[in-house]
Amino acid sequence: MLAYIGRRALLAVFTVWAISVLSFAIIQLPPGDYVTSYIAQMASMGSMVTDEEAQNLRIQYGLGQPIYIQYLKWMRLVVVGDFGFSMEWRRPVTEVIGDRLWLTVVVSVAALILTWALALPIGIYSAVRQYSVGDYVATFIGFIGLAVPNFLLALVILYFGFTLFNANVGGLFSPEFQDAPWSAERAWDLVKHLPVPALILGLAGTAQQIRIMRANLLDELRKPYVVTARSKGLTEARVILKYPVRVALNPFASTIGYTLPYIVSGSIIVSLVLSLPTVGPLLLRALISQDMFLAGTIVLLLGVMTVIGTLISDILLVWVDPRIRLEDT
Amino acid sequence: MATLVLDREEQRVFVASQWQLMWWRFRKHRLAVASAAVVAGFYLVVLGADFLAYADPDASEAQRSLMPPQAIHWFDGWRFSPHVYGLKGARDPLTFKRVYQPDPTQKIPIRFFAEGFEYRFLGLFPTTRHLIGVDAGLDASGTIFLLGTDVQGRDLFSRLMYATRISLTIGLFGVTVSLVLGVVLGGLSGFYGGLTDTLIQRAIEILRSIPTIPLWMGLAAALPREWSILQVYFAITIIISLLGWTELARVVRGRFLALREEDFVVSARLVGCREMRTIFVHMVPAFMSHIIAATTLALPAMIISETALSFLGLGLRPPAISWGVLLQQAQNVQTVAISPWLMIPAVPVIVVVMAFNFLGDGLRDAADPYGR
Repeated sequence: MLAYIGRRALLAVFTVWAISVLSFAIIQLPPGDYVTSYIAQMASMGSMVTDEEAQNLRIQYGLGQPIYIQYLKWMRLVVVGDFGFSMEWRRPVTEVIGDRLWLTVVVSVAALILTWALALPIGIYSAVRQYSVGDYVATFIGFIGLAVPNFLLALVILYFGFTLFNANVGGLFSPEFQDAPWSAERAWDLVKHLPVPALILGLAGTAQQIRIMRANLLDELRKPYVVTARSKGLTEARVILKYPVRVALNPFASTIGYTLPYIVSGSIIVSLVLSLPTVGPLLLRALISQDMFLAGTIVLLLGVMTVIGTLISDILLVWVDPRIRLEDT
Repeated sequence: MATLVLDREEQRVFVASQWQLMWWRFRKHRLAVASAAVVAGFYLVVLGADFLAYADPDASEAQRSLMPPQAIHWFDGWRFSPHVYGLKGARDPLTFKRVYQPDPTQKIPIRFFAEGFEYRFLGLFPTTRHLIGVDAGLDASGTIFLLGTDVQGRDLFSRLMYATRISLTIGLFGVTVSLVLGVVLGGLSGFYGGLTDTLIQRAIEILRSIPTIPLWMGLAAALPREWSILQVYFAITIIISLLGWTELARVVRGRFLALREEDFVVSARLVGCREMRTIFVHMVPAFMSHIIAATTLALPAMIISETALSFLGLGLRPPAISWGVLLQQAQNVQTVAISPWLMIPAVPVIVVVMAFNFLGDGLRDAADPYGR
C-alpha cells in the first residue's frame, strides 16, 4: 500500500513539475519581457520607474539570462508564495486571486460529490431494472450529458431561468452577500447557490459514470455467484448490494482520477456563463489583456490543486478498496 | 431446404472479407446508420455551404439588426408558391428596441436555384446560383431571414452554413494530427514495451491529470493578434490536437499489446519480416477498424473544444465564422432573453456531437464482427 501511494505521489510531483513548466511557458509566450511592460504600464499611469528599480527587477527575475535560470528564479519566488505583480489590477497576484481560488475548489468539489451521489444509485437502478422506464430516462439524460457541452447547458438553463421564472440562476452569492465578509449567513447563501453550477458541471461526468456502472453491473449480474446468493435466500437488496455492486465499483472508481481535471476544466467556461466568482472569469480577462503573471499563476494553482485532489482521491480509494493494492498499476 | 439456406448463409460469412463482415454488423445498428446519414448530411453542408446560403454572410446592415426568424409561407391560397412577407422595421418609442412587423400585403416569392452573390462552387467554378433566393432586382440578404439576424444585421442562416464548414473541418484536421501522434506514440509504446512504454504511459497520465481548458486558453491567447484567419485556424487546430491524442494512443497501444503475441504476428516475425513490414502489413490492417472507431469518438471532443475556445473569444476570431464565433453573441443572458434565436447555433453542435457519438459506438461494435 505504501509503495502504491509512493508511486502515485512521485507521479504527482512530476505532474506538478510539468504544469509549472507549462505555466512558465504561458508567462513567457507574449513578446517583450515583464519589466519592459511593467515600465510601460507605470509610465502610462504617470509614475516613473527609476533605472535602479528596473535593474533590480531584471535581476530578481533573471531577465537576459538563459531561460532555465529564469525558470528557476521564478520557481524560487513561487515557492515562497510570491507570484509576481498583476499588470491590469496593479496589485500582487495573490491579492487579486484571493477567495476566488477557494470558491473554484468549493464548486469543483461540490460537482464531484454530486457526480458520485447521482451516478451510483442511478447506475445501479439502470442495471437492475434494465429496459425499464427509469432506465430509458437515465440513458436519455446520459446522452444529453455527453452531447451538450456544459457551457451551452449553462446558457440554456440561464435562459429558461430568466424567461420562465424571471430569476437569475447565475452567481454564487445573493447581491447582499456579494462583498460581505465571511459569516455563517454568507456561507449558507453560498450553499444555496451551489446546486445549479454543481449540476451543470457534474452532468457530463455523471452521464459517463452511469454508463460505466450500468455496463459493469450488468456483466456481474449474469454471473453464477449472484444466482447462488439469491438461492441462499438473501433479500434482493442484499444480493445486489453485497456482492455484484462491490465488484462493479472497481472500474467505476478508477475513473475518479480523470473526473476532477475534467470538472475543473469545465468550471472555467461555466463560471463565465454563470458569472461565478471563481478564477475562470479572472483567467479569461488576464489572458485577453495579456496580464501574464496573473494568467500563469492561475494555470499553475489550478493544476496543482487538481493534482493534489486527484492524489487524495487515489489514497482514499486504496484505503477504501483493498483490491487496488494488489493490482499492478 | 432450410439447412441448405443456412449453409449458404454460413458460407457467405466464411468467405466474406473483414470489411464486409463489419458492414453487415454495422447495418444492424439502426441508430448508428441514422447517425451516419446525419454526419454525411453535415459534410454535404460543408461542401455546399455557399450554395445553401442565400445571403452574403458578411453583409451587415444596421437597419435589419436583430430580426426574429421568419417563416416561409408555402401556399398562397391553394396554389404552391413559397413566399415570405415583407418586413417593416420601426423603433419602439418606449424601449428604443427595433421591432419588425410582417406586412401580409407584400408577398415576396422565393425562387429555387436563384441568382445571388457570386462564389466558387466547391472552390472551382464561379457561379451565382443558390438553392433559394429572390427575383432579380431584389437582394436576398435584405428580404429572407429564415433564422433571423444578429446585432449587425447579418443573416444567421447563411452564417450558420459557413460556420458549419469551418467548425467541422477544424475537427477533421485536429483529429488527423491527434491520430498521427496517437498512432506513432501509442504504437511505439505497445510494440516496444519496456522503458519506452513506461515513459509514454507516464507522460499520458500526466497530460490527463492536468485541467486542459485553462492550458488551451493560455496557449490560444498567446497567438499573435496580427495573424491571419488561416494561421489562427491552423494554430488552434494544433493546440486542440496536442492535448487530445492521449485517448487514441491508449487505444492503439492496447491493440498492439493484444496483437503482439498473436500467432500470425509471431510467425511473420519468424519467417524474417522486417519490423516495418510486420507492423504495416500484418498488424495495422488487423486493428485499422478499431482506430477508425476511436477517431470517430474523438471528433466530437475536438468540435466542442473549438466551439468553447471561440465562444470565449480565444479561438477563431471574426471575420472567421464558426459555431463558437456565432455563439459568442449569445454570451450575455439579457441579449439571449430578448433575441433567443441567437442560441440556434447550439443546435447543430449538439446534433453533430450526438451523431458522432452514436456513429462511433456503432463502428466500435462493428469493428469486432465476431463479438457478442
